[in-house]
Amino acid sequence: MSSIMHQGRAAYAFFERNLNLTKRYWGWEIVWLVYNIVNALSVTFIGASAQLVTGTKINTNFLILYLLIGTSVWSYLSVTFDGVTDIINMERWEGTIEHTFMAPISRFTHMIGSCLYAVVHGMLFTVVQLVVVGAFFHLDLSHANYLTTIFMLLVGSISFIGFGIMTAVLPLLYTEKGMQMSFIVRAIILLVSGVYYPVAVLPFWMRPLASISPATYVLDGLRFAILDNQPIWSPAIWSVTWPLIITGIVSIPLGIYIFRIAERYAKRTGKLKRNG
Amino acid sequence: MATYVDIPVVENVTLDITKDAVVIDGVSKVFKKSRPLLPWRRKKDDEKNKKREVRAVDDVTITIKRREIVGILGANGSGKSTLIRILSTLLIPDTGKVTIFGYDVEKDERMVQRLINRVSVEASFFKKLSPLENLMYAARLYNMPGAEARTKIFEILKRLGIKPDRITAPLENMSRGMQQKVAIARAFLTSPIVLLLDEPTTGLDPRSKIDVQNFVLELRNVHDATILITTHDMEEAEALCDRVAIIDQGRIVALGAADELKREVAEIMGRDEPATMHEVFMHYTASHPITEEDIRRYGSWEKAFEALEAEREEED
Repeated sequence: MSSIMHQGRAAYAFFERNLNLTKRYWGWEIVWLVYNIVNALSVTFIGASAQLVTGTKINTNFLILYLLIGTSVWSYLSVTFDGVTDIINMERWEGTIEHTFMAPISRFTHMIGSCLYAVVHGMLFTVVQLVVVGAFFHLDLSHANYLTTIFMLLVGSISFIGFGIMTAVLPLLYTEKGMQMSFIVRAIILLVSGVYYPVAVLPFWMRPLASISPATYVLDGLRFAILDNQPIWSPAIWSVTWPLIITGIVSIPLGIYIFRIAERYAKRTGKLKRNG
Repeated sequence: MATYVDIPVVENVTLDITKDAVVIDGVSKVFKKSRPLLPWRRKKDDEKNKKREVRAVDDVTITIKRREIVGILGANGSGKSTLIRILSTLLIPDTGKVTIFGYDVEKDERMVQRLINRVSVEASFFKKLSPLENLMYAARLYNMPGAEARTKIFEILKRLGIKPDRITAPLENMSRGMQQKVAIARAFLTSPIVLLLDEPTTGLDPRSKIDVQNFVLELRNVHDATILITTHDMEEAEALCDRVAIIDQGRIVALGAADELKREVAEIMGRDEPATMHEVFMHYTASHPITEEDIRRYGSWEKAFEALEAEREEED
């Protein structure tokens, strides 16, 4: 019982620490939010202009929503992934990595605390972005099912966390360029998952990658929810939920296992050192 | 006969305090340059790589008793920090074994982590956060309830001379000396049984240095902590430590009470009055220990030291 209390306290320590850091770096948060909103707007304006560019009649509302879902998932995945890979990045930058890694806590606790904050932070970020971008267009959201939308983001988060933990290994092992390598992983996940397009348009050899990427199912689920008003219990939502549950069940323990191996390797080779 | 005590921060755990606090037995650590990925580059670099192997810690054996303060003196790159990192569970040794009150640092990692804490030469903190926020984070990691931690943090920081208004302001606005005091407070907060101090006073002004040294002594005298401290400061080693180990190129070349070492070196130097700690350090970190034969050969201890150092530089 006392051990569970200890691990709970430790998990909260990471949540509270990250919240405090977000508060202290509030200026940077605003810059990052504005950057994401500008990015999302530049993509959604493509949808708004499609009829004008092609000269053919297009369901503009549908296309804008389709792209808006893509930008939101991109933003959510970015913020959540950053939060998870920051398990290492930020600690290296601040010089606290050794202090954290010699604390008497399990790596699972360390990850859970950091990931919970990453999910909450990512959700808030994405909601603000959605509201601001939505205000630019007179969108018809009468077909949107908000409950299913939140459900899809939450279920998807579990898989994103697993992939994020695996990616956090990169800055642990590659002290100088590991962070940039984690950006590449994130971009590849989104490329193969049909972030702004159906995966059917991908070259044949890329499609198997789409089926193992959790973002594919999150994007499909969100489109079912927002464009087709599908409830949580509908077959369409179930068809994307079970792959996400399986991916989560496999990817989180696998991610922690890989992280432990990498941590041991780092402790053998001295890569845990504060400045790389 | 074994004597067991309950450890306040470590619930449900009793320690046999008759056991040696720290046992380092034949520990070595070699750092290697990573091999190139391409096989043809690998062959070409094999010879170079052998030369680039760094034997940071070389067959170190030392036992530290409970409530003992042991100082490790050594030049930059002599292996002091590597040894501290091994004890802190941050590095896995290639050979040998390290135990803390009988717990193996590799096999019983979590238990060892509960018993120890470390202060490094750089005060490693989230600089935008305040001392309170940083210390609350540390306290929670070490299973301390929030309210208790808060009270204790204010008490310790006040005791270390940090003004109340600085406790909630970002740490980046504090001087290095103040930051180092907060680092000491963080280590103290978790009531470690074994405290590892890696050059805790390097770069501090004399007053801050004395404050930190007094606090270290208090940790031992009042709280029964066992302390391993690395330092470049000979006076500090002499003032704080029950025993001093001198480490050179990863090997312990001398170990004993400061007075003992001073007498030994004075004898070798052929003097009646004890040598200084500075002379002790120079003597043991020369290319090889200066013997009476060296002194006869070169005329005096100082000349023998200079000649042997010149030889060492040539070899390097």
